Amino acid sequence: MKGIAASPGIAIGKALVKREKDIKISKDKISEDKINDEIEKLHTALKKAKSELKTIRDNTAEKMGEEKAEIFDAHLMILDDPELIPAFENKIKEDKLSSSAAVKEVIDQYASMFAAMEDEYLKERGTDIKDVGKRIIKILLGREDIAEKLDEEVIIIAEDLTPSDTAQLDTSKVLAFLTRDGSRTSHTAIMARSLGIPAVVGLGDKLMNKNVDDAVLIVDGNSGNVYFDPDEATMKKYEQKLADYEAEQERLAAYKDKKAKTKDGEEVEIAGNMGNFADLDPVLERGGEGIGLFRTEFLYMDRDEMPSEEEQFEVYRKVAEKMGDYPVVIRTLDIGGDKELPYLDLPHEMNPFLGYRAVRMCLDRPDIFKPQLRAILRASKYGNLKMMFPMISSLEELNKVKNMLNEVKSELNNEKIEYNKDIEVGIMIEIPAAVMIADLLAKEVDFFSIGTNDLIQYTVAVDRTNEKIAEMHTPYHPAVLRLIKKTIDEGHKAGIWVGMCGEAAGDELLLPFLLGAGLDEFSMSAVSILKIKELLEKWTRKEAEKEMESILKLKTAAEVKEYLEKIN
Amino acid sequence: MAEEKKVIIKNKTGLHARPAAQFVQKAGKFDSKIEIVFEEKKVNAKSIMGVMSLGVGKGNEILLRADGEDAEEALKELEEFITVEMPKEDEEE
Repeated sequence: MKGIAASPGIAIGKALVKREKDIKISKDKISEDKINDEIEKLHTALKKAKSELKTIRDNTAEKMGEEKAEIFDAHLMILDDPELIPAFENKIKEDKLSSSAAVKEVIDQYASMFAAMEDEYLKERGTDIKDVGKRIIKILLGREDIAEKLDEEVIIIAEDLTPSDTAQLDTSKVLAFLTRDGSRTSHTAIMARSLGIPAVVGLGDKLMNKNVDDAVLIVDGNSGNVYFDPDEATMKKYEQKLADYEAEQERLAAYKDKKAKTKDGEEVEIAGNMGNFADLDPVLERGGEGIGLFRTEFLYMDRDEMPSEEEQFEVYRKVAEKMGDYPVVIRTLDIGGDKELPYLDLPHEMNPFLGYRAVRMCLDRPDIFKPQLRAILRASKYGNLKMMFPMISSLEELNKVKNMLNEVKSELNNEKIEYNKDIEVGIMIEIPAAVMIADLLAKEVDFFSIGTNDLIQYTVAVDRTNEKIAEMHTPYHPAVLRLIKKTIDEGHKAGIWVGMCGEAAGDELLLPFLLGAGLDEFSMSAVSILKIKELLEKWTRKEAEKEMESILKLKTAAEVKEYLEKIN
Repeated sequence: MAEEKKVIIKNKTGLHARPAAQFVQKAGKFDSKIEIVFEEKKVNAKSIMGVMSLGVGKGNEILLRADGEDAEEALKELEEFITVEMPKEDEEE
């Protein structure tokens, strides 16, 4: 079976399927003498559910921050609701239902009431109520949560994983993730990479139909191959690979404290990408020398209202202080496309990736944009912060954004609030139009950062969330390589530095091309940092430049890939 | 003693999301039975699901009704929460 290689590494082991099945509950009437027993059962289950949720809440707060833990506070409040328990009890007493049937009926009633509401926020609360109900029913029926079942190391199989699912997993026992849905940029993929756990996603329906009881699986997170009960030869091959991989990890550990340098000693800036504060340590542990992309969307997601200026300021300041002299490139809100915010209530679009997103929306909404700009500026005096605007497609747009930034700066000046007046301001290059006018844009900014995920999507016209055409989403397409080269050239002509913060920056094969093309900064997922540092030592800029020129002459993505494999 | 008070919601989000949760927690501190009446519907003010299911938005008028020893105090504090504390959070945005 082959899926999308979402997080590198190899795993061999048993699988555990996390299935979202509708649980069948009998609606048979219970006899009069059972009523008290059922009520007692109910109360024990409620107590257990409460203590489970408290544990999950605390674990999440510790692993992923208070903000992410709030969802479980909401669950706890639902459990505490004074209307809920009498409603459950009534169903048992009056309708003579078993405790689990009573819970299901009441929960379904509330959930459908909320689901029918127009308000997006309330609609979502319907899901919370259902979640809580499921938890109680599971306890009543004696079914165990996947989290508690992990007493040995396993490969997790699921349709997809949500942030709450992963929060409940003891990730130290997870060998690998396999999911039916998803792409390289879905939650499961990003989370697996930041945890350093191999993952293959987008495996399709056949994944869920497999009988995996007692089967031994091999997961190859580098190629996307998955084997169920492999033959002896395959098993041998992968045991060897796994041993090699472990040896490699050991070898790479030596690069943790080494500076990133080419063969002839030229220092190259290798940075990490981050979403929330917890992503910082993995970058620093591997010797990343900065943050090339701080995706601020995560501050805005999974909550019911805008983060205030103050709240944002605190986060940016904490990051700035932790990173010290190392640069941190903060990207302003890039919402829309595949990332929605329920509380903004933006209309559903036919073509969200080509729609009202990122700066396009922010320019219309100074009430959203200005607090973020203020928060970044205010935090800028606590470290080496840079500001970056996403989705710039024209000079007019860039001018408007810069005007708004200047307005905010003069507001701060008037209020006598200190900030770094020389803060570097750059843009993401992720739209082909921006590449074609890179010479004009370069005169207006301090740096470019190439966002390859979107640049590929817009260049090749491939929706990057569509699994059917996932193979077309490749950085090896000659058109993409030419656009990258042009961006770097135009940036350098104007005397500014050019970085890359898309997935391609951590692409092992592509390294000689990017190095040869003159890329100044490589920003990637933390897991890729050590390997890229090691590969960097194989090349001088001069040698890489020669290869880059040969690569630019190749005609197809397949030829490029083949060539890159040969020289690596 | 049963007490009643009409209150107009002034904050942006109305009586759901975080404000609703805080409101319910406040109501829960009192011994009195407290109800919210809105558009012919009546719910327990200490029930998060009840309060949110009303869908009270900005500009709506609700009736708070409390019955018990601390009814007067409860209404006073809840009114203050709705008219003073909740709009304050808007300003902090």
